[in-house]
Amino acid sequence: MKKNDWILIILVAAVAGIFLAVLLLRPEEAVRQVEISVDGELYGRYDLNEDQEISINKTNKVQISEGTAKMTWAECPDQICVHHKEISRTGESIICLPNKIVVSIIGGDATDGGISPDAVSN
Amino acid sequence: MEEFHRMPCRTEPGRGSIKTGGTGLKNRAAYFGVFTALALIFSYVESLIPIYFGVPGIKLGLANLLIVIFLYKRNAKEALLLSIVRIVLAGFMFANLFSILYSLAGGILSLAVMAFLKKRGTFSVIGVSIAGGVCHNLGQLLVAMLAVETYQVGYYLPVLLNAGIVTGMLIGIVAAEVLKRLKNITF
Repeated sequence: MKKNDWILIILVAAVAGIFLAVLLLRPEEAVRQVEISVDGELYGRYDLNEDQEISINKTNKVQISEGTAKMTWAECPDQICVHHKEISRTGESIICLPNKIVVSIIGGDATDGGISPDAVSN
Repeated sequence: MEEFHRMPCRTEPGRGSIKTGGTGLKNRAAYFGVFTALALIFSYVESLIPIYFGVPGIKLGLANLLIVIFLYKRNAKEALLLSIVRIVLAGFMFANLFSILYSLAGGILSLAVMAFLKKRGTFSVIGVSIAGGVCHNLGQLLVAMLAVETYQVGYYLPVLLNAGIVTGMLIGIVAAEVLKRLKNITF
């Protein structure tokens, strides 16, 4: 390996490290909620501290329990989002590409958004 | 194989000399076929190994080994063609139409960067492969961002960058070893 190769590795790793450091060192908000959007449009916001299961358009199921959100079921064949680890930090997200669903953690109280979730949560 | 090289080339009589071989359309087509078949086998083998790192999009990219070797033994144009043929065929056989789009974005960006760096000559095969691995992930991430119309990919980026380094390096090391042994073979 040439010297340039090592420089390239260090450079890319440094960029990754800076990104990760910024994300991890960001102060965590005490109150968080789960935002679900389908095809770029808001589907609903849910309290992260309230255990619940949300089914999205009969294609996906999101489970919120003990302060973490997880995709528990998806009808797509690749199941990538189902294998995604559970999320709990602000900014983390699970993306289901075939159904264009983004489940992400955002800060703030679920009630101050002014948008009532139109999904059936049970 | 020796006999194969001696085959007269009728399509390009001026250029494809009988003794050296390798430059004729017939040889090129044959090697292209061999590499396509190998790339497809590698794609298949990889599809059999489900590895989940908690973040989607991370895999070794075994087939890219063939793309790197082809880039060095042939040229960027043919490597690009091989890459596209491989992605479309493997996509229809082992995945779905959706994954083809992502793979194409990653594959084309990755190859463009690799071809550029190879031409500049400042990196070894391993460095070029690392750049390719990183760009492959970046290309896919960009398409994913466009597809879901979100910019919430912050956590994916550092993981995918590092994954690109590791997989690109592994592929690069193997490609360098293979190229060393293929030195005397022209195709």
